[in-house]
Amino acid sequence: MSGKKASRAAATEKKGKVLEIGAVVTNPGSSFENKTGGWRAMRPVWNKEKCTQCMICWMFCPDMAIPQKDGKRGETNFDFCKGCGICKSECVFGAITMEKEKK
Amino acid sequence: MINALPERELFAPGHSACAGCGAPIVARIVLKIGGPETIVCNATGCMEVFTTPHPRTSWKVPWIHAAFENAAAVASGVDRALKKLGTRDRTNLVILGGDGGTFDIGFGALSGMLERGHKATYVCYDNEAYMNTGIQRSGATPKYANTTTTPAGRSVHGKTEFTKQLPFIVAAHGAYTATANVAFPQDLADKLKKSFAFNGPSYIQVFSPCPTGWRHPTDQSIEIAKLAFKTNVYPLYEIENGILKINRKPTQATPIEEYLMRQGRFKHLTKEEIADLQQHVNADWERLLKLEESGLRIF
Ligand SMILES: Cc1ncc(C[n+]2csc(CCOP(=O)(O)OP(=O)(O)O)c2C)c(N)n1
Ligand code: SF4
Ligand code: SF4
Ligand code: SF4
Repeated sequence: MSGKKASRAAATEKKGKVLEIGAVVTNPGSSFENKTGGWRAMRPVWNKEKCTQCMICWMFCPDMAIPQKDGKRGETNFDFCKGCGICKSECVFGAITMEKEKK
Repeated sequence: MINALPERELFAPGHSACAGCGAPIVARIVLKIGGPETIVCNATGCMEVFTTPHPRTSWKVPWIHAAFENAAAVASGVDRALKKLGTRDRTNLVILGGDGGTFDIGFGALSGMLERGHKATYVCYDNEAYMNTGIQRSGATPKYANTTTTPAGRSVHGKTEFTKQLPFIVAAHGAYTATANVAFPQDLADKLKKSFAFNGPSYIQVFSPCPTGWRHPTDQSIEIAKLAFKTNVYPLYEIENGILKINRKPTQATPIEEYLMRQGRFKHLTKEEIADLQQHVNADWERLLKLEESGLRIF
């Protein structure tokens, strides 16, 4: 191992990051650990009274932040919602409004 | 209709696509229809970068990162390997590439895969430019669009060429060919099902808005995708056994201006340029209608 390579390997090990051969990633779906909700400037507010459970928002959310279970829409997952507003724009029943995110 | 799509999610959140990006919606639908027995070969581009920030991944199915230009070649090898293993029939093989990786740099590999007749589904998420490296023009970029390599200046107003008609080039190889749009998930799902059932190569080109590169508010991605359909800018059709079918027609075509003016990349257009694009869109649409009406086997 060249000096440079050896020191790089040592640095990687020190950080506790030992790469798999071929940089293979062995934990499917692990981006889940990445909470992208911190990006949000606007927050979608869901009005359950107006909601008809049509699932349009569920289908178009690019961040899987609107869950569906047994045909019913669940609460928005703010760990991942980036506040794009697609759900608000696509909900034909006006059941979603956008509010400024308070931090 | 939308409820008919499976609830299962094989695509995990926490990816780093820009807010409002269309590409993750494409990936989600592909996996909803492909299911757990899907293998994905992904060309370099936004989709690959935002789904696999090392050491994490959004994919819950086997996924291979190819280079920018060779995703279809990698998938060709996977197809052969699966045949050898005897598992080809129960596996759905998908290639995902951006329009740059598909129309331009990966075009040779795609053509080879089609010509050799590999059973695989090539899905191009078409955001109409090389987005991951900062909005450079591709063969899919529309005429007059402002990109970093075709800037809208005083004498030249964006890209000077029309879009390459890739679906027709693909169809000429004998592949099952279809266009689709993120705003019409059920139509995309139906086409994916058809392609998985087809014992040969398939190509599905999906209109996929990029708020960052097209310069529109993030909440408008789906509205703009619907307008691309309503204006006939991006017709929904398929070419199966060489015969063209338009899957959905707008009741009355919306003037193209409504689509263009929603996006910063077209803000600089003059009345004449809008008319030029409108004429081109009309001519393309007429041609599609005539081809469909003729019932001719075009390839
Ligand atoms: C051979 C090669 N040339 C250039 C690059 C740099 N590069 C990485 S992604 C990319 C653009 C990808 O564009 P596209 O296929 O349209 O996908 P998008 O990013 O728009 O989703 C480029 C040029 C590369 N990775 N490999
Ligand atoms: S789109 Fe609107 S009405 Fe439909 S499920 Fe979502 S919030 Fe409810
Ligand atoms: S604002 Fe965007 S990311 Fe958040 S729930 Fe709505 S569609 Fe999903
Ligand atoms: S640059 Fe465009 S295509 Fe790439 S992640 Fe952002 S919105 Fe999506």
